[in-house]
Order: sequence, then structure tokens, then C-alpha cells
Amino acid sequence: MVKIREIHKQLINREISAVELAKEYLARLEISSSKFGTYLSITGEKAIEDAQVIDEKIASGEEIGLLAGIPMGIKDNISTKGIVTTCGSKILENYKPVFNATVVDKLYNAGGIILGKCNMDEFAMGSSSENSAYKLVRNPWDLDRVPGGSSGGSAASVAAEEVVFSLGSDTGGSVRQPAGFCGVVGMKPTYGRVSRYGLIAYASSLDQIGPMAKNVEDCAIVHDVISGYDKMDSTSANMPSTKTLDIIGKDIKGLRIGVPKEYFGGDEKVLNTLKKALAKFEELGAIVEETTLPHTEYALPAYYIIASAEASSNLARFDGVRYGVRDWDQKDVTDMMSATRDKFFGKEVKKRIMIGTYALSAGYYDAYYLKALKVRTLLKRDFDEAFKRYDVLITPIAPTLPFKIGENIKDSITMYLGDICTVTINLVGIPGIAIPCGFVDGLPVGMQILGKPFSEELLFNVAHKFEQSNDFHLRKPEVK
Amino acid sequence: MNKYEVVIGLEVHVELKTATKIFCGCKTEFGGAPNTHVCPVCLGLPGVLPVVNEKVVEFGVRTGLAINAKVPNYSKFDRKNYYYPDLTKNFQTSQFDLPICEHGYLDIEVDGIVKRIGITRAHMEEDAGKLVHSGKTISSSDSSNVDYNRVGVPLLEIVSEPDIRSSEEAKEYVEVLKKILTYIDVSDCKMEEGSIRADANVSVRLVGAKEFGTRTETKNLNSLKALQKAIEYEVERQIEVIEDGGVIEQETRTWDDEKGITLSMRSKADAHDYRYFPEPDLPPIILTDEYIAGIKATLPELPESRKKRLMEVDDLSAYDANLVIAERFLADFYDEVRKNIDDPKLIVNYLMGDYYRELAAAGLDFKNSPVSTNAFIELLKLLQDKTISGKLAKDIIPVMIKEGKNPKVIVEEKGLVQISDTSAIEAIIIEVIEANPKAVEDYKSGKGNSIGFLVGQVMKASKGKANPGIVNELLKSKLDS
Repeated sequence: MVKIREIHKQLINREISAVELAKEYLARLEISSSKFGTYLSITGEKAIEDAQVIDEKIASGEEIGLLAGIPMGIKDNISTKGIVTTCGSKILENYKPVFNATVVDKLYNAGGIILGKCNMDEFAMGSSSENSAYKLVRNPWDLDRVPGGSSGGSAASVAAEEVVFSLGSDTGGSVRQPAGFCGVVGMKPTYGRVSRYGLIAYASSLDQIGPMAKNVEDCAIVHDVISGYDKMDSTSANMPSTKTLDIIGKDIKGLRIGVPKEYFGGDEKVLNTLKKALAKFEELGAIVEETTLPHTEYALPAYYIIASAEASSNLARFDGVRYGVRDWDQKDVTDMMSATRDKFFGKEVKKRIMIGTYALSAGYYDAYYLKALKVRTLLKRDFDEAFKRYDVLITPIAPTLPFKIGENIKDSITMYLGDICTVTINLVGIPGIAIPCGFVDGLPVGMQILGKPFSEELLFNVAHKFEQSNDFHLRKPEVK
Repeated sequence: MNKYEVVIGLEVHVELKTATKIFCGCKTEFGGAPNTHVCPVCLGLPGVLPVVNEKVVEFGVRTGLAINAKVPNYSKFDRKNYYYPDLTKNFQTSQFDLPICEHGYLDIEVDGIVKRIGITRAHMEEDAGKLVHSGKTISSSDSSNVDYNRVGVPLLEIVSEPDIRSSEEAKEYVEVLKKILTYIDVSDCKMEEGSIRADANVSVRLVGAKEFGTRTETKNLNSLKALQKAIEYEVERQIEVIEDGGVIEQETRTWDDEKGITLSMRSKADAHDYRYFPEPDLPPIILTDEYIAGIKATLPELPESRKKRLMEVDDLSAYDANLVIAERFLADFYDEVRKNIDDPKLIVNYLMGDYYRELAAAGLDFKNSPVSTNAFIELLKLLQDKTISGKLAKDIIPVMIKEGKNPKVIVEEKGLVQISDTSAIEAIIIEVIEANPKAVEDYKSGKGNSIGFLVGQVMKASKGKANPGIVNELLKSKLDS
């Protein structure tokens, strides 16, 4: 059952009020989030106020949109006016934005009820949500395992049904990988499809905000609301928002699916689950063929160079001068700036700033940054070629099942290698949707469906067709 | 003969006079209470994104075309990374390898010799904020405040080739540049408000040497005088170091206007590595040939070409032509008047003579004068048809400036019309001859200059209104008869 439509019906039939709904969700979220570590702040008061407005509208007979009254969680790197936005970092512990991100304005206008700000890896740097400066996030399917990252709070919160949907951000897989690990649906839109205005940048040329929900249609409803041109974002594509609901449900007979072999190098159990899913697609009438993306092996280093280089510049503004916290024990401004950054940035953040600074330094630029840009061009060509033959590509999201908390955190290389299936998509800028495609040992396995730029509607439809052929999206973690 | 040759290259930062900042909608107005012309975007708050002000690009292209540069179809912004609290993002959005224009030049004239100075490039960038220290300098202050009003004001940095050979040439180069920039209306070029600032790269080498000497860069040159003095100081200092057997260090120096010296700021070893990389938040700037041609079509005639026209077509002297083209407003005024008055010399004489003098006396300049081109044309027409004399014009001009009145109206109101009626003048002459027998006698006895006295008396009796030419003629014939 599509949650958003179900609630919408209940609201307009006055079976439940928006305030009652918000209270019910808030009560559950308070308890649940303390177990999963999904929230950095809970905005109960605002939620009730906003819900009252929806109830007044319903009472006055005003028509309300699908998202009106729907409880949502927003990743803590997306600016919310007057609500502390930390990016999971100590350096922004007290930072309250004076403006809303464009996506937040769009969701507020649609009547979405914000319940809180979702926990995350500090500045979105991480694949396990263990890099949050405040607390770690646990996977609702197994409390000893990570939910993925960096949008781990957003994904786990949806999986645990603390909210109906959430927003994450995806720079190298940060929406798709946690969606996969938590068994929910997450869309990384085409670069430029969703405004980045108000998203606190990690790597500007890769970042995209994306929706997460328990099922494809809910995810699509949110995508339709948040997508579209924004004059405040010069990299936003001059295109209208998606109208997925017009397309969803269409037949996929004859759909050409390419399966790039370079992506099938992980855990056998994961790969077997994927193979079963591909067989299902054949049953549904699609044509499934193996294909190749020959430059895949260069993607991961190129990603870490480009992302770190941009991060080293994007994160330069956090210096204690204008906002955020400051080390007051320093006499000189330069010392203050260094001490503040040293004290309040976490280890992973400092590591990536150093990698990025190094990669952009005189004498190294050509060898690292410029070369990474060339790899990016080659990767784009790989995909252009593949999309001449296929409508979509399907790959695993991660080479492994959700790993244990603490398992990879001390070994960066293993952690980074976990991003091998997702980073390329950001370098190329195409859309990718993550959906559950099976379970192994009680843990969800996700797959990603990739398409040409601006093919989100098609991806939602393909994902929806697959989803309706199984019950993976209906399963719930046993929350003890 | 001088043993050393001076080599200078200038980097001129020009504040573009757009209404709003380069990447947001904040006003660019000079002054204002600290941190009042700011918004989340120019404050670089987390999550904001820049949007390029189209006007800045247009002004960049205008400038490029006016300095004879090539304007490429593709250019982009880059980030220049360094930490300083006057920046809100700890990087400056600027242009690195693909600027808005490249390969231009300007012709300057020093001591009658015309010389071409190459311009390497001009690039767009955002200005930084202003630190306000509690003490005199940053190091001697207990605290500093920062005013971000200026952050994001659009700048164009115009970089010359090392083609300049003296402080006079440097000054002339900046003056010619200023004149062009004000003509094409992209900047006020007010050095005192900092809307144009220069950094000077200076080196010396033995005359005839092929390689350049090591250069120093002197910053903080906020007037033409400072520019000249700093260059002269730097040249002397460098020659002295070399003569004493020393070596010039490549370094950045700052000009201390009070002491009249340059001081070392940082050596090459401390030079920043700006880690430039393409600004990922801004797409590249793609300009079509049509766009560039469209801007070219709107460029006004530039000062050099006007000067040439005034000398060749209007037959003005180089001196007069230079006076007229000194300001775009004045040159346009001249051209407008010239369409109606076919006597260039008369126009210049009045424009730069009585009119200019009276404006100055009233504390005004050409631009804020209440006298319209039409009023000025009318004044010259009244002179040309001898309705008024030059003497009367002198009385009329201050009234035109003071009361903003049309000269014809003034003439009528004050009854200032010149008397050219011979019978009326004759009557006055007869009176004057009768009243001054001594002078008449003197004239007749050969003292020719006494006629001047008699003319003066006639003019006086007519209250200055008699046409002096006619007075002279009639008086002479009367006395000689």
C-alpha cells in the first residue's frame, strides 16, 4: 500500500487529523530514534504547529496536496530556517540557518510536516554513518550493523517507519547505499534535476539531494515535488519538475536492460540476489544482456580526488569567524581559525580536506585533479555508449551486505571500496534509483537501476514494476 | 645616459558600476552602515550558491572590446583558495586560465611619442570585505571587526604586459585606461573611493640586457601620485641594491604613503599556492558571436578616435582636442553643439573659456551644470548673428548657470540686445564727440590711440550694448570727415 495516498485519504475523509498523525509519529520517533540514533534534532513543536495549519485547511474545505500532513525527516546538511543544521559536525553545533533550502521550501509549501533533522556522517563524508560527530546510527534490520551512509539517519528512519519519507543527499552513493542497506527506496536524481540551494556542499559537482521512502510510488511523489528548475542554483537544469505519477504502472515489455559485468565482483550472496532479480525482469518481459563499462576501475580514485578537492574548498568557510563554534583560547585570528578547524572537524573530514588540498596543490594538480577530470570524461563516454544499446543499466549498490558497526571504520580503503558501485554515477551525473531486491540472512539487499540523464520517470516506472512483482517493500524490520 | 632600463607591468583592479553584486542581488553602493548590503549568498553562508550577474559579463565584454582585446566564446570562473577573514568563503571566485578577454593593447603618448602597451588579459572576480582594526594595524590591534558590504562587488582585473618603461608611462597608461573605462560607462574610476586600484610589477635591467630582472610587486597604490612615487622609489631602491652588489628578491611589497617608501610584505617563499580549480557551482560562460557583435555595436566612439576626428575634421589643435575629449560627457556635449554650430574654434573657446571658468566659479562641473546643450547652442548662435557681443556673453553666461535660463530670455529680460542700428549709434557718437573736445583734438593731431578712449566712451554711454565693430567704423569716419 502506498503510504502517502493512504494517509492522504484518511486526512481528507477526516478519519485522522494531521495533528493526531504528527503526535502519533512523534511519539514513536522519540522512542525509536533513541534506539537507532536516527535524529540529531526533533522538531516536535513545529510539527504540531504545521499540522494545525493543515487541519485548518481541511476544516475550511480547502484542497490539500498529497504531501500535506505527511511526516518527514530531513538530512541535517539541508538548511532549515531557524532549525539547527549541524551536518553531523561539532563545528556547526549551534548553527541555525537564516533561510530554507529550496527543497525544504517546496516541501513546506506542499504541506510536509518536518519531524526532525536526520543523523549523518559528518559533512556527508562516510559510508556507514559512524562518522557522525554526535552518535552513530544503527541498522533497524540488525542493531549491530551499520545503516550505510552518509544518509544513514534518513534511510534507517524510513525503514523503522519513524517518518513516511525523508531527504538524503548523494555525492558518491549516500542516498542509494543506505537505502540498499536499510531496504528502502532512494533516488539519486540527475545532476541539476533537484536544486542544491541550501544543501551544505560536500562536493559541488557531485552532490544531489534525493528522496527516500518505503516504496517506489511514495518516493516518486516526493521527487515530483522537489525536482525542477531553481534560479538560485546555476547548475540546475532548466526543466520542469517530474510528473512520475502519469507514467508509473506502464508496461516494461521489451525494455532493454544492460548489466555491466565490472559491477559484479562482490559477495556471492549479494550477486545471487541480483541475478534472481534480473531473472524476474526477464519474466516481466525485459531483455537482459551483459554489457561493459570499461573504465570502471578508475572511477573510485577519480571520485576521491574530485570530491576531496572540492570539499577542501567548500569546507574552507568553516573557520569560526562568522558562525558556528570557535576556539576562544587563541589570541591571533590565524591561530583561531586553525585551532577551530583542528578542534571541531572530525578525523575523516580533516583527512579528506588534506587529500583535496594536496591534489590541488601546484605541481600535483595535473597528476591528480586534471587526470581525475579526464577519467570523468572517459566514464561519461562509457555510459553514452551503453545507453545507445540499453534503456537502463542494473547493478548492485554495494559489494557486500550491511557490515558490522566498527568493522570497516579503522580501514579506510575497505570502507572506500564499498563505494565502488555508486561513485561512478555521480561522476557521470546520471540518475540512479536504489530499491530492495531481496534478503540474505534477514538483511536487505538493494539494486540500483541507472538511466540516461533526466530519465527519472522511466526509472521510477521500471522500479515500480519490479517492486509490484514481490513483497520486499512490505517487509518490516522486527523492532525489539 | 642611464645605465638601467626600467620594466613595469601593471595590474589594475576596476570596480564595475553594476547596480548589484556579481553573484547576488545586494546593492553595490559605496558606504552604508557596516554589514547592511549583505545577504546569505555574499556572506557565503553554508549551502548558498552564486548566480552570475549578466551585467558583469556584459561590462567585461565591453571593456575587452574597448581595449582591443579578443573576447573568446568560452570562458569560466575558478576558485582562488586562501584563508583571510575579509573573505566569506575563504576562497575568491575569480578567473584563472580562461578569462573574459585576452591579448589587447592601449596606445599612450608621453612627450609627444605614441607607444603601444600590451594588455595580457582582463578577468572578472569578486571583491573582498574590509577589516576594521581597533588599533592602527592588524598586529597592534586587540580586536578587529569586518565589514562585508564590499564582498561580492564586481571587479575587473586588467593585467598589462611588461611594456611600460617609466613612471610617467605608467601614469599615462592608467589615465588612458581610466578615460576609456569611463567612456564605455563600466566604472566610475574613482581612485579615492577605491573603485580603481593598481599593483605595480617593477624590475630593472642593464640597458640592452635580454632577460628581465627579478621583479617586485607593489600593492596598495590608491592614487596616480602614489603609483608614480612608488615606482620611482622601487626603481631607485632596486638599482641601489644591485649597485651595492646585492640581489633583488622576488617579493610582494606595500606602499607606505606617509613615509613615501615601499615595504616588504611577503617573500616568494611565503607566496600563496592558490590551488585554483574550476568553480563547480557556475557553468562556463558561453558567448555567441552575435552577442559579442551586439555589444560592440553599442560601444561609443572611443577617446582616441574622437581626438583624431576633432583634429582632422574640425581642425582643432591637439591641445584643444585633448581638452574636449578629457571626459565623455564633455566630448558628447561638444559633438551635440557641433551639429548646430559650424565653428569648432568658437565652440571650444566658449566651452573651455568663459563657460568653464564660470562653472568652476559656481562650484560646478560640466556634468552637473544646469545649462543644456540647446541653451549653449543658442548662446553661440546669438554671438554668431551678432545679437550679442563677446562682452555681453560674459554677462549672460553666469546668469545661465545661476538661474538655468535660456540665453534669449536673459537677453530680452535685461534688454541686452546689441545695438547695431547705425543711426542710434551715430547719435551717441555725436554726443561723445561734443563732450570730449580734448580727445577729438588729440586724435586729429595724430595721436591715433585716443580713438580707443572715445570708443570706450561710446560703449559706456550705450551701456555696452553698441556693436563695437560698428562703433569703431562710424567713429573713425566721423572724426576723419
